[in-house]
Amino acid sequence: MTAMVEVEGLAKTFTLHNQGGVRLPVLAGFDLAVAAGECVALHGPSGIGKSTVLRCIYGNYRADRGRILVRHGGGSVDMAAAHPRGILAVRRETLGHVSQFLRVIPRVAAEDAVAEPLRLRGTDPQEARQAARAMLRRLNIPAALHRLAPATFSGGEQQRVNLARVFVADYPVLLLDEPTASLDRENREAAIALIREAAGRGAAIVGIFHDAEVRAAVATRTVPLTAAREAA
Amino acid sequence: MTEDGYNFAYLDEQTKRMIRRAILKAVAIPGYQVPFGSREMPLPYGWGTGGIQVTASIIGRDDTLKVIDQGADDTVNAVSIRKFFARTAGVATTERTEDATIVQTRHRIPETPLAAGQILVYQVPIPEPLRWLEPREAETRKMHALEEYGAMHVRLYEDIARFGHIATSYDYPVRVNGRYLARPSPIPKFDNPKMDRLPALQLFGAGREKRIYAIPPHTEVRSLDFDDHPFEVQTWDEACAFCGAADSFLDEIVTDDRGGRLFVCSDTDYCGKRRAAGHTGSATRDPERGGA
Amino acid sequence: MPPGAPPLLSARGVTKFYDAIPGCRDVSFDIWPGEVLGIVGESGSGKTTMLNCISARLEPTSGTVEYATRHDGPADIYRMSEPVRRLLMRTDWGFVHQNPQEGLRMGVSAGANIGERLMAVGARHYGNIREAAADWLDKVEMDTGRMDDLPFTFSGGMQQRLQIARNLVTAPRIVFMDEPTGGLDVSVQARLLDLLRGLVADLGLAAVIVTHDLAVARLLSHRLLVMRRGKVVESGLTDQVLDDPEHPYSQLLVSSVLHP
Repeated sequence: MTAMVEVEGLAKTFTLHNQGGVRLPVLAGFDLAVAAGECVALHGPSGIGKSTVLRCIYGNYRADRGRILVRHGGGSVDMAAAHPRGILAVRRETLGHVSQFLRVIPRVAAEDAVAEPLRLRGTDPQEARQAARAMLRRLNIPAALHRLAPATFSGGEQQRVNLARVFVADYPVLLLDEPTASLDRENREAAIALIREAAGRGAAIVGIFHDAEVRAAVATRTVPLTAAREAA
Repeated sequence: MTEDGYNFAYLDEQTKRMIRRAILKAVAIPGYQVPFGSREMPLPYGWGTGGIQVTASIIGRDDTLKVIDQGADDTVNAVSIRKFFARTAGVATTERTEDATIVQTRHRIPETPLAAGQILVYQVPIPEPLRWLEPREAETRKMHALEEYGAMHVRLYEDIARFGHIATSYDYPVRVNGRYLARPSPIPKFDNPKMDRLPALQLFGAGREKRIYAIPPHTEVRSLDFDDHPFEVQTWDEACAFCGAADSFLDEIVTDDRGGRLFVCSDTDYCGKRRAAGHTGSATRDPERGGA
Repeated sequence: MPPGAPPLLSARGVTKFYDAIPGCRDVSFDIWPGEVLGIVGESGSGKTTMLNCISARLEPTSGTVEYATRHDGPADIYRMSEPVRRLLMRTDWGFVHQNPQEGLRMGVSAGANIGERLMAVGARHYGNIREAAADWLDKVEMDTGRMDDLPFTFSGGMQQRLQIARNLVTAPRIVFMDEPTGGLDVSVQARLLDLLRGLVADLGLAAVIVTHDLAVARLLSHRLLVMRRGKVVESGLTDQVLDDPEHPYSQLLVSSVLHP
């Protein structure tokens, strides 16, 4: 069983230059391997660096040290060292990231925002939009809202649009940062079903799930994080 | 006889030589605007100072000069320029196109075809065809140098967009010898085809703008157009009311305050010759119908 | 785009001094087809100087700017002959000014503004030019019924869209934009951003966008350069630079943004 994601010796320290140059070590030598079909839950208290791990894998945080190998297109890409264009290619084909907030694009309809990952891969616009609508329906976004821009949606609705954007594209690797945080029970169930389906088709999933119930429902393994200051 | 105290044809010989050098260069590079040291003339800019300097520089004692303004020999501008050269150069003047060796013109090309050996001198107010597009002289020169003329069609485009056809009817831009873009001065576009491969030499003088350009004999002159809106000249439903000519450029003349009007040849020499040869028009055949 | 494909534009050590005052210093980057590069930084940081240097509008004091020409491979834009360079500027490249009046011919109609570049490269069929103009008005979401109106009758946002259409009509490969949404109301700006985003993606354009607005940069660009005092202090993927800024100035810039 080959790992889809392999993190070795990941270190990350934030230096806040405008606050007296304070250095905040968050990760110091973090390791993680995730195989296809696994759903790994990162666990630990708030501020310990769970989101930082996900962001380093996604590439929007830059690792200070270590390797972050993601299987992509028959090879593997070190997200800590790849050229920006390489990172974008991995994100387009392989890596889906559900962040805690939907970044709303003015004037873009919910269904178009959800269809975008497919469009970027060159899927026919009509087909992409149909897939987007189907995914929005699964997440209980009423059809009346599909053509509207999500800027005016409630927090829960925005979060579901965010989920739809990622689950529509069948990524081989999923990074889920509190995917169910602002969802009610019914929608939480829908999200759990989607995550399990993804694992079922062989996706490698790394997630942060605060809700113990959700964690129990989806995680195949839990990885505890400890404070970098102690580990270092 | 010439007036005392003036050099032959008013300008001093050095100035004439300088202008002739500019003319030679202009002839060598058809359509290219050659800068020259334009002199103050004893009449205001806009009255033909460029054309007069060119004429003064090329005229000799044996020349016969004809001057027209809007096709007519008898308008103020034409008469005063003709008199100017009669006084300062003592040359013969004529109203007959075929007798003239030099024809200085404002706004027309004579209807009588010009022949080899004749010189047509145009008075030019604004020589630069790209000026409306680009106010910077350095830039227009570069555009000429690099043959960047495509944007010139923008103006014709605007005409068609606004009026359904190319409404520019005078000073219609031309391409000389397949190279330089030039303004033919404010002649009606009716006259543009006459410029093409004309056996006579065509010289253009712009006094205020200090430019001379030329079209040597038998040079190709093409009017700009679009494939689907080809260049066309004006046509009239009427013939000349005096001489019946159906092939000449007609001026409209209001004859009374009751809406009466006549269309007559703008080229007075051409019209006069036709009438002398017995041609008649509506007004000359049937005096009751016209006001003439 | 195959990996290892040559960049469309390569800047190396681009430096511009205004007498002794540096405009931009030692700027180097590559841009590939289909890529949008954002240049952020405060006023006076040298963004616009740099943009002018790489778009053949201002010769740098030192450094090179290479452009991958369609037929002759990479060529230094300041060493190619002037006619070739000017032709590229009218065909392969576009430049969108912050003030649309600088980029438009205010005395002629919207249709003529769009058609001009076509005529400049030899289009001589009025009907076809008009059709292309209508098509582009439509693409930038303007009423084709206003094709014969003069630009000053349009709002600022519409003028900006007209300027964009005028640039894109010759299917350029790279467009340089200097604060394209600068003087517009936020609602108009949002619409324009969305339009630009779509056009860039659909046409596979490369674009270099100078902006002081980080939200604009995030929305439009794949990669960012942060400039300060003429120098690039940080570069990387847009979300890297904005989510995890490393240089003190980038951190200051990101932390200074107001979130409504």
